[in-house]
Amino acid sequence: MADKILKKLNIKVWRQNRASEKGKFENYTIENISTGSSFLEMMDILNNELIEKGIDPIAFDHDCREGICGTCSLYINGRPHGPDTEVTTCQLHMRKFKAGETITIEPWRARAFPVIKDLIVDRSAFDKILQAGGFVSVNTGGVPDANTIPVAYDDAEEAMDAAACIGCGACVAACKNSSAMLFVSAKVSHLAKLPQGRVEAKSRARNMIAKMDELGFGGCTNTGACEAECPKSISIVNIARLNREYLVARMSE
Amino acid sequence: MSKFLMTSIGRKFLMSITGLFLVMFIGVHLTINLLLIVDNSGELFNQGAEFMATNPLIKIMEPILGLGFMIHIFWSFFLEYKNWKARPVKYAAKNMGASSSWASRNMLVLGALVLVFLVMHIIDFFWVIKFNPHTMPKTAEGLEDTYTLVASLFKESIVYGLFYILGGVLLGIHLSHGFWSAFQTLGLNNKNWLKRLQFVGKLYAIVIAVGFSIIPLYFMLGLYK
Repeated sequence: MADKILKKLNIKVWRQNRASEKGKFENYTIENISTGSSFLEMMDILNNELIEKGIDPIAFDHDCREGICGTCSLYINGRPHGPDTEVTTCQLHMRKFKAGETITIEPWRARAFPVIKDLIVDRSAFDKILQAGGFVSVNTGGVPDANTIPVAYDDAEEAMDAAACIGCGACVAACKNSSAMLFVSAKVSHLAKLPQGRVEAKSRARNMIAKMDELGFGGCTNTGACEAECPKSISIVNIARLNREYLVARMSE
Repeated sequence: MSKFLMTSIGRKFLMSITGLFLVMFIGVHLTINLLLIVDNSGELFNQGAEFMATNPLIKIMEPILGLGFMIHIFWSFFLEYKNWKARPVKYAAKNMGASSSWASRNMLVLGALVLVFLVMHIIDFFWVIKFNPHTMPKTAEGLEDTYTLVASLFKESIVYGLFYILGGVLLGIHLSHGFWSAFQTLGLNNKNWLKRLQFVGKLYAIVIAVGFSIIPLYFMLGLYK
């Protein structure tokens, strides 16, 4: 079946030259977009037209374009990764939009994610949180034999579910408090559920939360928006685990 | 300890502890209040009021309850201010309803409305009972008649009745998110308990909202006759 063509779309997009400059919305129109094209393909077509007109193309993050790298972002029509569930922006298709519609595109908004240019934000805050404790310290050497450390099936499953986080930052963008709790809880959980991660569990929870607060993310008020908007459907149950890990760590000080 | 309370999780810890404390209080409060409609002579409710005024355990709990209210109220403004600051540039187009409930996003608004109600409520009853007992109606035996104090207020004005119903409903909406959220913040939740806690929370919210609403309704509709 041939894909339908969206005759005309109005694109209202955030333009900002650099972090130090003020940004503003610009309106563009784009014609004859196939509903079969992805959102980022639509952006590519728009950028081609802008370049032909001598306008600076819109800067946006993208890499694998198959929903696994966590590079693409975009806050589309009031929702991170746009009006679809369990997908990243690169996996969002134009069939989710109507002809003549105005599509508002904004960068992730958070104090800890400053805009670099247009729709690109600096998400290195996530890396800093990981560097504060999102690892296990092991001596290098030969690969250990498989199953030398037994892991219960349910624990392995839960750890893998948490490890599905691609660190895109949609949780922060979706949260009314710009809280990074879903991201941090996923990173803490996938290690906390495994025996290898238990050794440093207390310092990990303490250090990662301290870094998260220091970087200016907000606190969690359990609205659940993060889970609903997460392209990997990371459960807020992980946040309960993070709270537990953190409270236990602080109480045993 | 003070350092802990300033961390993002510490801030929420204080809100959830005080919140759960207030949740327990409101359950006791409703139980006693329902005596208003159980016994039309008012004797049972007056006994309940007498018990609450004289029992030593309740006397100890009273200032702690006051403190719980204060912390829960004042801390919420501080907590929301910190959260608000985490997003200096706001979104132009928002569709928050797609991912979260209205109540969960507006706990401060709901709490502030309940606070307005609470202030009126304290002026109506607590202040009179505690500090101006000589102005209270008396029973035939010359004892303080709390039943008549409460019942006459609802009988005399429909506005008061509606105001109290609104207060109960707002508190119910506040609890529909607050109840399970408190457990989540304390880490007392997992994949099995998430749905259960949310269900119990909604149930409790309905019991509170309906429970506090039927009391003024009972008097407004003249069912005490």
